[in-house]
Amino acid sequence: MASYNTSEFRSGLKLIIDGDPYTIVENEFVKPGKGQAFNRVRVRNLKTGRTVEKTWKSGDSVEAADVMDREMEFLYHDGEFWHFMATDGSFEQVGATEAAVADCSKWLKGNEICMVTLWNDAPLTITPPNFVELKIVETDPGVKGDTASGGTKPARLETGAVVKVPLYMEQDEILKIDTRTGEYVSRVK
Amino acid sequence: MPNPSWRPSATFHALKARACLNEQIRAFFAERGVLEVETPALSQAGTTDPALASFSVVLPEGRRYLHTSPEYPMKRLLANGSGDIYQLCKVWRDDEYGRRHNPEFTMLEYYRVGFTYQRLMQEVAQLLQLLIPHLQPEPDILTYRESFLHYLAIDPYTASDTALAACAKQQGLEVQSDLSRQAWYDLLFTHCIEPNFAPDRLSFIYHYPAEQAALARVKQEQGYWVAERFEVYCGAMELGNGYQEQQNPVANRHTLIHGNQQRKTAVTVDERFLSALELGKLPFCAGVAIGVDRVLLCRLREKHLQHIISFAWELA
Repeated sequence: MASYNTSEFRSGLKLIIDGDPYTIVENEFVKPGKGQAFNRVRVRNLKTGRTVEKTWKSGDSVEAADVMDREMEFLYHDGEFWHFMATDGSFEQVGATEAAVADCSKWLKGNEICMVTLWNDAPLTITPPNFVELKIVETDPGVKGDTASGGTKPARLETGAVVKVPLYMEQDEILKIDTRTGEYVSRVK
Repeated sequence: MPNPSWRPSATFHALKARACLNEQIRAFFAERGVLEVETPALSQAGTTDPALASFSVVLPEGRRYLHTSPEYPMKRLLANGSGDIYQLCKVWRDDEYGRRHNPEFTMLEYYRVGFTYQRLMQEVAQLLQLLIPHLQPEPDILTYRESFLHYLAIDPYTASDTALAACAKQQGLEVQSDLSRQAWYDLLFTHCIEPNFAPDRLSFIYHYPAEQAALARVKQEQGYWVAERFEVYCGAMELGNGYQEQQNPVANRHTLIHGNQQRKTAVTVDERFLSALELGKLPFCAGVAIGVDRVLLCRLREKHLQHIISFAWELA
């Protein structure tokens, strides 16, 4: 089984801790002049996204997590799995569970290039593209000429996501959305 | 191929501050009649301290170790009647790298004949007040035991290993390793006590557990064996480590042999150092080793050693 010595610890290294995959956020070396050395490490759980602090005695080995990020295109949802295909020309496909896709599903309609984090070759988390373009399927009628008041109204998109849009936007218009904030960026065309 | 990372990691301001610091250190000792000495950096013997790793080089006639401090040869000089001595030199410690650790660093080590460790603590405070001008005037002084009682409400000498582990957990530490009793002490001290020390002020901690005496004298205090050893901090940063030097040759031999047995890889024991204590006589004295780079870090209020070392480890 592959493992890392604490001397190899650096940001981004992937570890298995208590059965879960983690990534190192920050590693600090702590040692009294006379005495035991420690690695005081901030790690993020790749399943839950929670960041915690752990301490190891320096010189210990920790199991390595076989975690890699891969650029993949979203193909379709079959009711159970969300299917992605590698963009590197290998045509390799993986099926992601509801838990792995999580909130990301509300931005996916098909053909988006996503970052799929694989743990032991199975999708662990999906990161959508930073920007997506989606059509409004339902919203209150647009208020003509109101481009200045700054008011907003909810709009339902073709993927089911609901975002706040300016009052003048109409049904069937296409929006650009920042998936990191979930906010409207601009009208497309 | 040209390498774009040829420039120093420290600013010119930091280089000038270091030159000034070295001048002040030499003037401080010149005023007090303490002799500057040099001893070999590359020795046939290594440190037996289980917590320190020496770099070594292999020559056709055998292995030589880069010193982790000039303690052994400086004590050979003392045993030969040198009187008060100091040394400002580079030392090397393998496997020590981080914001506050550079494997190659500068050490000030000095010995005062006839001094008690209490008197040495006072002199170290004077020296550091001079080198770090913005320090508050009165140092905080606590015993090791008092620091545990005060900050963690636990008595390090009576608490069980389980109680020490429970204390760490209560402090929010998630420890992934099996630790020895001494390692639990070190964990609690570094993670939970040091961060409480007053910023911009010196803190002296003294009377360490006898197991952590190294080459310091030990004595009984309130029913516990403690080392006549102190550590000096600036805020939460350890700057130096001082001893009432153990003169007894038998105790010194025991420390070196016992330490060597605890090491993952044993080193060649310094028999010339031990002979100096057995055949000569180490005078009653107190000594201290101070990390000069960290002093400079405090003086300049910098956070990372690479900003005050001309070419930090990765650029060396």
